[in-house]
Amino acid sequence: MKRLKAPALWTILAAVAVAGIWPLLNRSATLREDMFLILMFVTLASSLNILLGYTGYVNFGHIVFFGLGGYIGFYLISQQGWHLIPAALAAALVTTLLAALMGGAVLRLRGAYFALATLGINEATRAFVTNFKPFGEATGLSLHFSRYQEYGGPASALWFTYALLVIVTLVTLLVSYLVKTSKFGLGLMAIREDEDAAMVLGIHAPRAKTIAFALSAFFPAIVGTLFFFKNGNIEPGDAFRLHMSIEGIVMIMLGGFGTVTGPVIGSAVYERLRGYLLTTPLFKDLQLFFAGMLLLIIILFVPSGFIGWLRERSARLREVLQ
Amino acid sequence: MPPPDVILASVLDGLLLGFVYGLAAMGLTLIWGVMEVINLAHGPVITLGMFGLFFLFQELGLHPYLALPLVVVGGLLLGLLIYGVAVHRVLDAPHLSTLLATFSVNMMIIGLGTAAFTTTPRNVDFSLGAVEIGPLRLLGTRVVAALAAVLFTLALYAFLYRTRTGKMVRAVANNRAAAELMGIPSTRILALSFGIGTLLATGAGGLIATLFPFNIFTGGVYELKSFVICVLGGLGNPTGALLGGIILGFIEGFIPPFLPVGWTPVIEFVLFVVILLIRPSGLLGAR
Repeated sequence: MKRLKAPALWTILAAVAVAGIWPLLNRSATLREDMFLILMFVTLASSLNILLGYTGYVNFGHIVFFGLGGYIGFYLISQQGWHLIPAALAAALVTTLLAALMGGAVLRLRGAYFALATLGINEATRAFVTNFKPFGEATGLSLHFSRYQEYGGPASALWFTYALLVIVTLVTLLVSYLVKTSKFGLGLMAIREDEDAAMVLGIHAPRAKTIAFALSAFFPAIVGTLFFFKNGNIEPGDAFRLHMSIEGIVMIMLGGFGTVTGPVIGSAVYERLRGYLLTTPLFKDLQLFFAGMLLLIIILFVPSGFIGWLRERSARLREVLQ
Repeated sequence: MPPPDVILASVLDGLLLGFVYGLAAMGLTLIWGVMEVINLAHGPVITLGMFGLFFLFQELGLHPYLALPLVVVGGLLLGLLIYGVAVHRVLDAPHLSTLLATFSVNMMIIGLGTAAFTTTPRNVDFSLGAVEIGPLRLLGTRVVAALAAVLFTLALYAFLYRTRTGKMVRAVANNRAAAELMGIPSTRILALSFGIGTLLATGAGGLIATLFPFNIFTGGVYELKSFVICVLGGLGNPTGALLGGIILGFIEGFIPPFLPVGWTPVIEFVLFVVILLIRPSGLLGAR
């Protein structure tokens, strides 16, 4: 297991772990809320990167896994009385299974057609959930306050959820790294470069793509459950927000498409930048405008993102940075 | 089973709307057909058409149908600008780049629009009364909107098939490299095609503004409808877009008498995904 000893892996895991544990030591609730959002986006972006960055399939509906997982987990907790951990795992398994089933069909489409189909899946799911009785239709579900007693009161429930998120984020990054450095990951990248040539070389493309798609669904589903458990309610508008899907793509592009470190840096920078824009009176109303401009500048002038740009600069960095 | 005249009235209403949906989708499909770009700024451009008409009507007191030509000229210029700033440089890059570049334009328009117009709903307070045919009652604005959509379509075809520039657009859509070898200024034609796409979108937006209240996010709804329509009619096929729009309008008119109205989008989007899977070139085939 030589690749488990790579310094790049341990540096990034240690950095995220330190940043993640910091609020736990500090006991600062504001810091925890900030970190919660950043870690949530790190997980969403890194899992999306498995499909988008490694395999080259543009998924506009990544958020559907977050929303669907969130709904399933939330339903199990609020209506069936499950504990958070088994509910999150069950939600992730069901969502992954659904993704595997869907992937088999949708991944036959390539390029823009695939992107459109994922958009359609997100909208269809949102529209369906809005009319689905067990999930509370348009008003959604909410959690009774007393349910937090099981975790030692609302305050400690929030800390508990946060600690789980830190673990999930670290596991996501580890999986993302392992996929990238494995033979399976090489197959995915071959598909990204030229799918037909990859198939000629003996890569079972439909299977590899479906596995990548299913894998990218697992972690957002857990994060969805954690996020909506923390919020105490869930509704279709929050769960399937197309905009959040695309923000995930922006974070990947910002940090570096197809790298392990890129989505982490991209998510952190984007979240901090948005926080700054939102709290500065001059930019508050124009927050979206500046975010859009930033995206356009990256697309036009630095298409490989920050990490990609560094990697292009020197051979030494190419070896170290993943 | 609801009474037949309720169904008929609902279907007719839906069909008239369908023409306008088709017009909006035509803008999207034209851009795809010429340069294989999915314009994710389509929704906000439609919204700008709505606001353009609203301000010309409200502030300058212009008749809505006289304001419409001004709105679409604005739409054409906007399209040229978007093409020059965001699209041209990434035209030959992978799909992700053009998708994200046009989406960044989407964010910028929504960001500026929210700051300038807030999110309060607006309404163009204008009515043409209604036409009564037996038990049926057709709103005048809807009839005019449908007719205007047909006129736009005819004008587009006249341009594409009766003018020299239109011929160049078709040549570039067919094979850009070959068109360049024949001395066609492809960059100018591409920019113009993008402009015509946004022109059609703002035209549809202006017409929709005479029918329903709207705010800065309303265009997003029609963008999603346009995707469904393009897939129904075949991406890149303008007639297909009009027919797809009519089909969508029919679905929207036909379902509500039978099912709660919330189920309409479920059926629309499921249909969208299913058609993409079994016939990605659309029911009518690509152009």
